[in-house]
Parts: sequence; structure tokens; C-alpha cells
Amino acid sequence: MCDTCGCNVTQGNRHLIEAGGKHEHTHDGKVAVEVLENLLSENDHQAGHNRQHFGNHGVLAVNLMSSPGSGKTSLLEATIDALNQEFRIAVIVGDLETENDAERIRSKGISAVQITTGTACHLDAHMVHSALHQLNLDDLDIVFVENVGNLVCPASFDLGQHLNVTLLSVTEGDDKPAKYPVIFRAADAILISKSDLLPYLDDFKPERAEQAIRHLASEAPVLNLSARNSSTLDNWLTWLRKAFTIQDARRAAGETTKPKIQPEGEKLHAHG
Amino acid sequence: MHELAVCQAMLEQVAGIAAREQASEVTRIIVRIGPLSGVVPELLEQAFTIARSGTIANQAELITEATGIRVRCSQCGAETDAGITRMICGKCGDYRTQLLSGDELLLASVELNRAEQAVE
Ligand SMILES: Nc1nc2c(ncn2[C@@H]2O[C@H](COP(=O)(O)OP(=O)(O)OP(=O)(O)O)[C@@H](O)[C@H]2O)c(=O)[nH]1
Ligand SMILES: [Zn+2]
Ligand SMILES: [Zn+2]
Ligand SMILES: [Zn+2]
Ligand SMILES: [Zn+2]
Repeated sequence: MCDTCGCNVTQGNRHLIEAGGKHEHTHDGKVAVEVLENLLSENDHQAGHNRQHFGNHGVLAVNLMSSPGSGKTSLLEATIDALNQEFRIAVIVGDLETENDAERIRSKGISAVQITTGTACHLDAHMVHSALHQLNLDDLDIVFVENVGNLVCPASFDLGQHLNVTLLSVTEGDDKPAKYPVIFRAADAILISKSDLLPYLDDFKPERAEQAIRHLASEAPVLNLSARNSSTLDNWLTWLRKAFTIQDARRAAGETTKPKIQPEGEKLHAHG
Repeated sequence: MHELAVCQAMLEQVAGIAAREQASEVTRIIVRIGPLSGVVPELLEQAFTIARSGTIANQAELITEATGIRVRCSQCGAETDAGITRMICGKCGDYRTQLLSGDELLLASVELNRAEQAVE
């Protein structure tokens, strides 16, 4: 579909495809084939297909990423409690070994598909594809993907989601965005979780975390919340409702969206 | 270590290119990796020495070229160099910048021997 579209071609390397022919001979007589193909194009094609599945069924897909134990499953439980009457929700959970997270979600009467990744440190689009075929998308409005707890690897793999949410719990330190810029840059929203613990932690300043995020040139909203206190969830629930409405309108217009890609990137990724 | 997964994806693409070009062997693979791609060049190189065995790139050398980070400011329009944790405009300091380069994860070129060349 897009072997030659130049996925990931940017201002900085565009001259390479514009200049000269594709084949060149090197000094020692070997053939050099210029390619300029995204290394993950296979994954990205599968991700595009997944996004189409979600889109065709009017489902908003949201990928949650964070360090292990930052509160992804707890946030999902609290979110399900709050939105159960409003949206039909399902969860795809990536975990190294156990079914624990999926069981926690299922005990709320919600479908949860567990992807056991074994040693893999991230989910990829193929894993999510087989999981989403175990769900009846016609009966759903929002599918959350709980990625493997890891602040590095998940950021490199598009799963076919529409939006990325990255959690940063207050026990991790407010310098995490500076240490793991890629995953925080990828976020459409950043949630500072376990905010009920803020009074006990004098070294975590939400403002400092937000400043580190802005230094990554991210304009994503930064929301403080606690899964233990439902009254703190309002901003998050509002963000989610709005995201659903926007996605619904996009779908009606025959369009879709990918997780945060800046305008220049969007133009160059136009094949969807 | 998702670099191994990335490396395997790269080798599949290389195998496809080698088949299309009727290559007998792949001698060099050049990839371009930006600091914001989430892939560590050294780890990719390590993964490559494991993943290449049994493929047509068995004897190949992997060259990773790092790209620089450039941003364009949406406020003053300046295009400046940036750092991985400092993506703000180099001119006016605003954080509302757009990434021009730095997140590439590209297979840039593949050097190979064609089947007929290998015969002699
Ligand atoms: N005080 C407090 N504890 C929380 C909150 N959210 C989660 N926790 C606790 O933090 C621990 C980990 O929470 P989980 O929701 O399992 O975290 P996770 O991100 O899903 O963890 P992994 O799936 O293993 O990566 C549990 O002991 C939770 O009870 C919160 O808002 N406040
Ligand atoms: Zn969990
Ligand atoms: Zn399918
Ligand atoms: Zn990894
Ligand atoms: Zn500026």
C-alpha cells in the first residue's frame, strides 16, 4: 500500500528521496538500493488495519502507557465505574505473565481480553489485532488498551489506537518526562496519577512535571487525579467524552486520527 | 529490548528487497535513527548480530546513522536545533514547536551482490 510513499520522511531527510535515482553502484561494484522505508512499516500497516476495524464500528480506541504499577488498571476500574451507564467499554490488557488485570476488569462485568506477552516488553499491532477479533466491536463504544508497564518500548509501536494516554504516578518523581521523553511526547493526554499521595510527598511538584513536559514541546493536557477519589476524575472523564465526540464526528466525515503526530508528520503520513 | 523486534522487522524488509533485486547476499544495511524514535542504536546493533544469522544478511554490516533534532517554532517561525529534553524554540524559547526531524526510524539503503555477480 505505501512501500514508496516515504512514511516518516521529514524535512531533515527529504532531500535524499528527491535527489537522484533509486539505484546506485558503490565504488566496489555492489548495488546500493536506496529505500527510505519506515523500519516498522509492517507493524504500521497492521495498525492502520486495526484503526479501520475500530473506526468502522464507531469505537474509540485509547492506549494507556506508564511504568509498572502507576495505576493503569486502577484508573480503568474507576473509569468503568463512572462511565458504565454512558459508554459500552471493553479492555485489551497486555501483561507479561498473569491474567490478574483482566480478571479485575471482568469482575466489573466488562469484557477484557488478555494478551500475555511473555518476555515482550510492549504490545504490537499484530497482538492487538488478534485480541480485537475476540471482541464484538458492534457492541462497544470505547476500547482501552492497557499496554505493558514500561516507559520505553510501548512508545515505538503503533497499535491502531486513536489516542495515547501516558500516566505518571506521583511516587515516580517529577523528572520522569525528561528521562523518558519519547513516551511523554507521544501522549495526547498526560495523567498525574495517585494524586491522593501528594500531601505525603514533598519532592513531587505537579508544576515541575508539567514544565518538563512542555520542554518536550508537548501541548497535551496534564491532569491530576486519583483512582481512589472519584471526585478527582472529572477532568479526565470530560476529556474522554470530548475525545469520543470528536472521533464520532471524524468517523461520520469518513476520517480518522492517529495518536499525537505533529502537523508536518501528519501531512507526510497521509496514507493513513 | 524492543530493539530485537525492530531488528526482525528490518530484516524482513531487507529480505523482501533482496528477493526483488535477485541478490545473492546483502553486504551492508544503512538505517537512520533519530534520538526521538525510541530505538537505541547500540541496542539495535547488538540485536542485529543475533537476528541476522540464518538470513540473507548473515554477513552484512549494519550502519546506524544518527539524525539531529530540528524544530520549527509555531510562534516566531524560526527553525532551530533542539535537544531531546529541550524541544523549545532556540530563538524565542516558546514550547509550541513542531518537530522537523529527529524521530526517524528508517531503512535508508541496502547494499547487495546480485546473483550473477556472485558467480564469477
Ligand atoms: N494511593 C493510591 N494508590 C493507587 C492509585 N491507583 C493505583 N494505586 C495502587 O498502586 C498499585 C498498582 O496499581 P495498578 O492499577 O495495578 O497499576 P498498573 O499500572 O495497572 O500496574 P501494571 O499493570 O502492573 O503495570 C496498586 O496497589 C494500587 O492499589 C491511586 O490513585 N492512589
Ligand atoms: Zn495493570
Ligand atoms: Zn482484522
Ligand atoms: Zn523493549
Ligand atoms: Zn520561536
